[in-house]
Amino acid sequence: MSLTLENLSRTVDGVDYVRDANLTFEAGSFNVLLGRTLAGKTSMMRLMAGLDKPSQGRLLYNGEDVTGQNVQRRNISMIYQQFINYPTLTVYENIASPLRLAKMAESEIDRRVKETASMLQIEPLLKRYPLELSGGQQQRTAMARALVKDATLVLFDEPLVNLDYKLREELRAELRDLFRERQCIAVYATTEANEALALGGTTTLLHEGGVVQTGPVMEVYRAPVNTLAAQLFSEPPMNMVRGRVTDTEVTFDEYSHHALTQELEKLTPGDYWFGIRPSHIALVPTNDDDLEMSMEVALSEISGSETFMHVENSHFEMVMQLMGVHQYHTGAPVKVYLPINKLFVFDKDEQLVHTPSRVAGGAV
Amino acid sequence: MRQTRSKNVGITLFILLLLTPVYWLLNMSFKTNQEILGGLTLWPQTFTFDNYAVIFTDPSWYNGYLNSMLYVSINVVITLSVALPAAYAFSRYKFLGDKHLFFWLLSNRMAPPAVFLLPFFQLYSSIGLFDTHIAVALAHCLFNVPLAVWILEGFMKGVPREYDEMAYIDGYSFPRFFIKVFLPMIRSGIGVTAFFAFMFSWVELLLARTLTSVDAQPIGAIMTRTIGASGIDWGVLAAAGVLTIVPGLLVIWFVRNHVAKGFALGRV
Repeated sequence: MSLTLENLSRTVDGVDYVRDANLTFEAGSFNVLLGRTLAGKTSMMRLMAGLDKPSQGRLLYNGEDVTGQNVQRRNISMIYQQFINYPTLTVYENIASPLRLAKMAESEIDRRVKETASMLQIEPLLKRYPLELSGGQQQRTAMARALVKDATLVLFDEPLVNLDYKLREELRAELRDLFRERQCIAVYATTEANEALALGGTTTLLHEGGVVQTGPVMEVYRAPVNTLAAQLFSEPPMNMVRGRVTDTEVTFDEYSHHALTQELEKLTPGDYWFGIRPSHIALVPTNDDDLEMSMEVALSEISGSETFMHVENSHFEMVMQLMGVHQYHTGAPVKVYLPINKLFVFDKDEQLVHTPSRVAGGAV
Repeated sequence: MRQTRSKNVGITLFILLLLTPVYWLLNMSFKTNQEILGGLTLWPQTFTFDNYAVIFTDPSWYNGYLNSMLYVSINVVITLSVALPAAYAFSRYKFLGDKHLFFWLLSNRMAPPAVFLLPFFQLYSSIGLFDTHIAVALAHCLFNVPLAVWILEGFMKGVPREYDEMAYIDGYSFPRFFIKVFLPMIRSGIGVTAFFAFMFSWVELLLARTLTSVDAQPIGAIMTRTIGASGIDWGVLAAAGVLTIVPGLLVIWFVRNHVAKGFALGRV
């Protein structure tokens, strides 16, 4: 069982919602669509579900063309960002509704509903109405309804966005477990790079309707094909600095000169983009050959137990993600250190030419 | 404390003032004609049900009520069954000129009913619909359908499109979804709409009177024709007035919860 998108496009009023997507999803796989808002995640899911018709291209289930098929005839489920349940039905009837429409025997419906409800821990709530429940419980009900019918394709459209942080983590972990055993295709849309990492499986990066990169999550994370992929799969986005490599040294924005060491020696002279994740920039050197730069603090925001510090000089600006709470005044001079072994390098066409090699097995 | 009391006094006075004509009507309906014409009495000195008895025994009276109720009911049914699909289309689909059409519907209410009197009269006479219940019901649709579409569209817009899609994904066909899922979700709106359709049709007199003569004559028309040889029968007229208010009260009683909710949610 597999789902294939073949040159799939959807254009509305001249705007590309989905642009020439070619993807294959296998049964039993967990697929994350990662992209910013308006990247085409929802549009792509709606095409997969058959809620919208593609302007071009085909949709294949097991090689069979289902492009124009009615949504009622496809065996799919979808979970929305909003908590969508039948408000006039009890939780039990909500979960039972797809089974009732499939004309299943009453005893089988009862068994399945109870089983699914206990899986999602909403068994005590079966007699209540959705609007009497908390947001998390409402979304659990929606998930139960989606899971109860053994759909071949389960679509999650940012299902956890409207929940608080704690609940989100909890449900996310449960969700991942629920799908480990299932033989369906799960597709999960999110805007958060961290969520994609937590969910694992296959990650597809989307940008402005187009597919940027697709592959196993760690592969995509460790080897983003271009600067765009690198920035999409990094929160906050990866810092990019333009640099020129000569035989002996590397110059960032014709300003900061450094000797070429380690892996960077292999780079042929020319112009490059250097990328570094915000969490890898440090205020203290970790290695002898760290690149030292004098910067000024532009903004320091504290988020939980982390600090996001925006630093800049007259040539470029960067974001640092620091553990712990740091308070710096705007304009304060700081020295920042970029470990050479954490640098991504992209050529002047923004394609990946070098990934940090020392990180194999370690944290990127 | 004193402030609340003075507020209460104020509102009580206000309500009493509003209810004075209604009370006076009720008062008159239990009086004899002699007493009504005789002088000022604040409550019936000789209490009588005769006026009501006249209405309930004389077919020319009670048929008026039956006629009114019949064409009002037909009107409410037609209005809802036409306006529900129309409002759904306006709330869910984009089509050529949808906004203009929506406004045009509303602009139908801007013309006074008298404008349509002549065309309706001529048209119904020539196709043999004159003096039938359906004629009045259809004529009232001219005003009620646009209003109903307008109210229902507001309610339907409040239901996110995702509900429709969820139902399709679960396997509902469109008609089944519409009746089993969608209508229950906007039942307050339907209640409010039915109430408005009832109200406008029940109180409208001009069209109803002109388009009927005998068989479908509304109660309002009969009330204006009570001048007999012995002059105006005040008591019976008052009783008829009281009975005309009653259906409105009943309808309000049944939809009161929905209407309160409906006024808050809908656009009206």
